[in-house]
Amino acid sequence: MARSSARQPRESDNIVDLFEYQGKQYFAKFGIPVSAGDVAHTVDEATAIAERVGYPVVVKAQVQVGGRGKAGGIKLASSKAEVQTHATNILGMDIKGHVVKRVWVECASDIAEEYYASFTLDRAAKQHLLMLSAQGGVEIEDVAAKDPTAIVKLHINPIVGIDTATAKKAAADAKIPAKAQDGVAAILVKLYDCFTQGDCDLAEINPLILKPTGEVHALDAKVSLDANALFRHPEWQEYRATEELDDRERLAREKDLQYIGLDGTVGIIANGAGLAMSTLDVVSQAGGSAANFLDIGGGANAELMTAALEVINFDTNVKSIFINIFGGITRGDEVAKGIVEAMRRVELRAPIVIRLDGTNADAGRQILLDAGIPASKLVSKPTMLEAARAAVDIANAKVA
Amino acid sequence: MAIFVNEHTKVIVQGLTGGQGKFHGLRNRAYGTNVVGGVTPGKGGQDVEGIPVFDSVADAVKATGADASFVAVPPKAAPAAILEAAAAGVRFIVCITEGVPAQDEARVYATLKRDFPNTRLLGPNCPGIISPGRCNIGITAGEIAQAPTPGGKNVGIVSRSGTLTYQALFELKRQGIGVTTCVGIGGDPVPGTSFVDCLAEFQNDPETSAILMIGEIGGSAEEEAAEFIKAHVTKPMSAYIAGVTAPAGKKMGHAGAIVSGGKGTAQGKMDALRAAGVQIGANPTEAGQLMAQIIASLS
Repeated sequence: MARSSARQPRESDNIVDLFEYQGKQYFAKFGIPVSAGDVAHTVDEATAIAERVGYPVVVKAQVQVGGRGKAGGIKLASSKAEVQTHATNILGMDIKGHVVKRVWVECASDIAEEYYASFTLDRAAKQHLLMLSAQGGVEIEDVAAKDPTAIVKLHINPIVGIDTATAKKAAADAKIPAKAQDGVAAILVKLYDCFTQGDCDLAEINPLILKPTGEVHALDAKVSLDANALFRHPEWQEYRATEELDDRERLAREKDLQYIGLDGTVGIIANGAGLAMSTLDVVSQAGGSAANFLDIGGGANAELMTAALEVINFDTNVKSIFINIFGGITRGDEVAKGIVEAMRRVELRAPIVIRLDGTNADAGRQILLDAGIPASKLVSKPTMLEAARAAVDIANAKVA
Repeated sequence: MAIFVNEHTKVIVQGLTGGQGKFHGLRNRAYGTNVVGGVTPGKGGQDVEGIPVFDSVADAVKATGADASFVAVPPKAAPAAILEAAAAGVRFIVCITEGVPAQDEARVYATLKRDFPNTRLLGPNCPGIISPGRCNIGITAGEIAQAPTPGGKNVGIVSRSGTLTYQALFELKRQGIGVTTCVGIGGDPVPGTSFVDCLAEFQNDPETSAILMIGEIGGSAEEEAAEFIKAHVTKPMSAYIAGVTAPAGKKMGHAGAIVSGGKGTAQGKMDALRAAGVQIGANPTEAGQLMAQIIASLS
């Protein structure tokens, strides 16, 4: 049951990956048929759902990682006792570092055939892309590698969309049998609505199943949402609450900072995502490793700088802090004032190395100098490379 | 010469009465950009520090002869603002707005292509464009850009990343190298203008002698650029790709920046560009130094 997806490299900072149960609930809003079921946080909830939807049921761990079937996170249950056993085992299970907090319990389906369907944005073509295959239930990359002709790829003009006739032709082209083509086409049209109106980055069904009774329906759901569209989907707020973040990331989220936790020892603060990435690169070139990615954005004022330093300070691995600021609209003197103020508010466990360049950088450096901060706590370097070396030297000396 | 915009470009600012539009619109004018008007529905007849405000882009174009627009409105309003400008006959639209949904971007792009094929959109979510000494539309701080040396060897810059665009301008200024035009294309899923569009223009611009390109992990825009360079660009180039050390599966802030399923790696992009004859710097400074060597060898 290990399954990966057609997930493309993601193009926005704020893509929200939904759990299977959320994806299925999202599908249902657009009329895509899914198995009767519900999400459970406890064993009692799981058995109550099973009693309601009828046996046999499938108990599925809700984690955002592949391989949950192999790990024992998906079990069939034919009685209340079996649901209790499986739910007890699965809830709290660790699957590749993801602790299972919820299970999805659904009516088990008889499967005649398994297909694959997804919609994504093909960034190079600047159009939507339908991928459809009669070979579902396995990793689509494996299908693509073994037999690329088994996957139909159809570009869709975003201002034209896809109609039933086009969808049915795609189904025929994918060699989906005639008896299932109407059912598949109907679902494709609804899945496209879900993808577009539902502001998805990815809407994927694998497997899309044909039952012995002739009905077609979604047995799994992989949905990623474009958080830029949150303004027209207030109902998405609930998904934020279930996102899997580590403690550092959660604190950063509260402070509204773009933060990614990493494993190194040099804490990073930079303005702009590109410069932050570049900062990680130069730290690595200098022989060190970054503890995080943190983009403080354009307005690097005292509030933001304080918040950023608090988040970095929370990470006990951090041995030095590299602040890399390029003043464009952001002025160097304002950044410097922010740092001085932030250092008054936060007791830092590691020294800062700062590189300040661009607009009003000289004035900024003067402010830092005048603040009388001892060199053991703050060092200023004229270039990005020199600052990286200094930060790495401090971090490595402390580690050794 | 410069590409896309120059001293003759007449610019209107959509959203001139708003916070961002006013701040950057006035900065652009102070830089010397020919800002001839603003547009805010319902505020026609007013002015912002002497810049007349109109109710619609059509009114503004009719009164001022504007041929470019700077869209500085919130994400919700940006798609309609872009299409309004295109419908009014504006040929070059810069949209700095961050946070436009990808589905909207795809629809706007397809609509422009179908209904307004002669209109060029830069962005959304980009820092804008500056032809130093001539025209600055967007949020770039003009003082970090060196104007081109008349009759000298000058560089064109195209970048997918905001702050690294400034860094690139700054590196060249430090080297005393003039810039014809610096285009920040932005890193959103469906950018109106791509690397390839800019490379084609720079290749044809007689004032541009060499090209500096800044890319980043994620997507395939750099690989597409490499293909184009191999086939069509004869001018020397240097480049930097941010995110060599970014771990797979981790989103690096804004725009595009993720390595996923082995695709979109910095190494793959650098290899593709190197194979197309582009000199690759390990960091922005090195890319600037490589460009200085290129310029020295041309002089």
